[in-house]
Order: sequence, then C-alpha cells, then structure tokens
Amino acid sequence: MTFTVTIINTGETYICRETQHLLAGMVQLGKKGIPVGCRSGGCGVCKVKIIFGDYKAKKMSRDHVTEQEESDDIVLACRVFPQSDLTLEVIGKLNKAVNS
Amino acid sequence: MAMTGILRPGHVQLRVMDIDEALTHYCDNMGLIETDRDDQGRVYLKCWDEHDKFSVVLEPSDRAGMDHMAFKVKSEQDLWHFESNVKNFGIETKRIEAGDLKGCGERVRFVSPSGHTFELFAEKEQVGNGLPTTNPAPWPEDIKGMKAIRFDHCLLYGNDHDENIRFFTEALEFELAEQVVDGDVQVAAFLTCSTKAHDIAFIRSEEAGKLHHASFLLGSWEQVLHAADIISMKDIPLDVGPTRHGLTRGMTIYYFDPSGNRNEVFAEDSYRYPDSPVLTWTTDNLGQAIFYHSRTLVDSFMGVTS
Repeated sequence: MTFTVTIINTGETYICRETQHLLAGMVQLGKKGIPVGCRSGGCGVCKVKIIFGDYKAKKMSRDHVTEQEESDDIVLACRVFPQSDLTLEVIGKLNKAVNS
Repeated sequence: MAMTGILRPGHVQLRVMDIDEALTHYCDNMGLIETDRDDQGRVYLKCWDEHDKFSVVLEPSDRAGMDHMAFKVKSEQDLWHFESNVKNFGIETKRIEAGDLKGCGERVRFVSPSGHTFELFAEKEQVGNGLPTTNPAPWPEDIKGMKAIRFDHCLLYGNDHDENIRFFTEALEFELAEQVVDGDVQVAAFLTCSTKAHDIAFIRSEEAGKLHHASFLLGSWEQVLHAADIISMKDIPLDVGPTRHGLTRGMTIYYFDPSGNRNEVFAEDSYRYPDSPVLTWTTDNLGQAIFYHSRTLVDSFMGVTS
C-alpha cells in the first residue's frame, strides 16, 4: 500500500509506502521539508506532529519524545510508518553547533 | 617514547533502544565480537585486534547516547595519581568497585566540565586477539562485516569548552594535537594521550554531554570502501562519506547505529609525538578542514548528536 504524506509547513506532498518510514519516503523521492538526522529514533531532529491520519511508530528516544508527546501524536518521522494518508507539521530543527 | 599514565580509550558504554538490533549492527555488520553479558542486560563487545575483554558496552535504555567513556591507565599508581589530579582540579570523583563491569577492575568516575561522564581503570581481564602470541598470523579468520580493528576514539559535543580542555590537558595530561579556531576562540580540540592523531576530540557547543560519534579503526582506504558497501547492503543510515578529513587526514565514513548513535570507521590518519607542532585550521576554511574533497559542510553531520 502507498499513502500520500502532506507537510503543512511547506505544502509539500509525497508518496510513502506503509513499509517505509516517513523520512525514507521523503528522501527517496528527493523531497524536502522534514530535517534528516540519524534516521534511527535517537537524535530528534525529525520531530513532527501528526495532524491527520493513522500510523504505527517504533521506539523513539525519551530524550526527544516524552510519553505525553507520544500520546499527543508528536513523534519522530524516522520511526513512523503510515497506515493511511497523513498530514503532519514539522516541529524539529537542526542545531548549528559551530557558528563561524 | 615510553608510554605512561593514560594509555588509551579503554571502552565506551553506549545506550541502545533495542539490544538485538544493536548486536546485529555492531557484531554482524561491523565485526565486533560478543564476549559477555550481565544481569543488567548489558552486552560486552570487543574488536578483533584488542586483547582486553571489551571495548564497547551496549546498555539497554529508552534513549540513545553515551553513558560513559573509560580510559585505561598503566598501573594502580597511575589511577591514584589521576584521581588526585581530578580532585585537585575541583572535580568530584567516585570509586566503582571491581567487577561492576565484568572483568574490569576498580574504576574512578567523574564528570568533565563538558558534561560527559568519564572513567579511568588500570585492570581489565585479557582474552587475547584470537591469534597466538608466538608466531602469530596477521589476522584471524571468520571476522564479520567491516572487520573493525579497534575502538579508537570518541568525538563529543560539550559546553564550558575552554575549561574542559584545560581539565584534559592539565589534570589528565592529554596533549593538544590539532584544533579549529575562529580568531581567538577554539571551536574544536583534538587531544591525544598517545602517538595517535586523537584519542578524544571536543567541539564547543551550547549543549552539555552529547555524543557526536564513536570511532573504530580500519586498515586501509579499500576497507573504508568495503564498509561503504556494507552500509548500503545492510540498509544502515549513512551520514557522510566515504571521503577524507583535512583534520587528522583520516579517510572516513560516518553512519548511525539502530538507536541513532553515530559511528565512524576510518583508516590512515596522521600521528603525533610530544615534540610535534600543534596543527591549526581556521573556521573560514571549515569546509575543507572537515571534508577535504567536497569542502562543503553537511547539516546533519554538524547538527546531529545523541
């Protein structure tokens, strides 16, 4: 099954398979909008809020997603597999560690 | 040169969110060898060419990151010496009893000004590198995946950078091998306790206690390319590479473990003696300092830690 993912911050849409996490779907099609980091649930830069739609999520670092956030559909895109068309809002961002 | 005091990085304890996925990554894909487990669920690993029982400890957790990094010192006397140095610097220390990590002697634990937990120990059970010590073969058979040779160093992001470097050079007696400066401000420091280009490195950051990567040695550029093949074959999230660093000259590739801890495998970096000059890179040339070929900074590499 494939589903349509919509990023409301940018209006970008892309197709994602149910076996792909939301970042893999985005990157594979050369689309942008959600920051890409470790793609393993550990770094937190791809944090999003799912506004509409169903999904399954794998384990995410508690440093970045609290239990409360998880129950409020605030998740890491790299751990989320779509079960329907999805609309999401990007929350995470990359830090600039070295300023020059 | 006689090597005394702190000898080398002894081990790193990494937090992982799924122990089975982590073992597939570190053992099947990178070539580390499982040597033990304990009743806290921790799993002990070593690279093939290390004689001590373990150099990586995987700790089951609900988050990623580095629990601590430990350095091996040459003798019990050195343990007392550095414990006293750390206390005199004004940092509290704690002794952890022998056997808390299986096969490891008593450890001295403290938190650096950068917010990372470090430990020192003098004794660890030796299990050998899989080869005889008389007439040894050059390598053991049946090593898997990338065939990582040894745990080499960590690069860490921390705050209170200047005080932290003063702590490492004065209390722990490391030497500055290479640095990045922005005018008068040091933004990165590569420190050594041996003749390696670095045994640990720190980046000036606003956040305390973060892991940028744990690094493992390979034998050649060809082995770095072989690692790159495995990264794609096994669907491992790639960060950057294969390429060469300006800093340390190492040929390198970066990727993430299944919990989001970044790893590096690298080969053929530079070396340092106590009379070598400090090498300096400037931030107006930062792209080339970090990625010598593309000379372009990568957002995920600069901004992502665990």
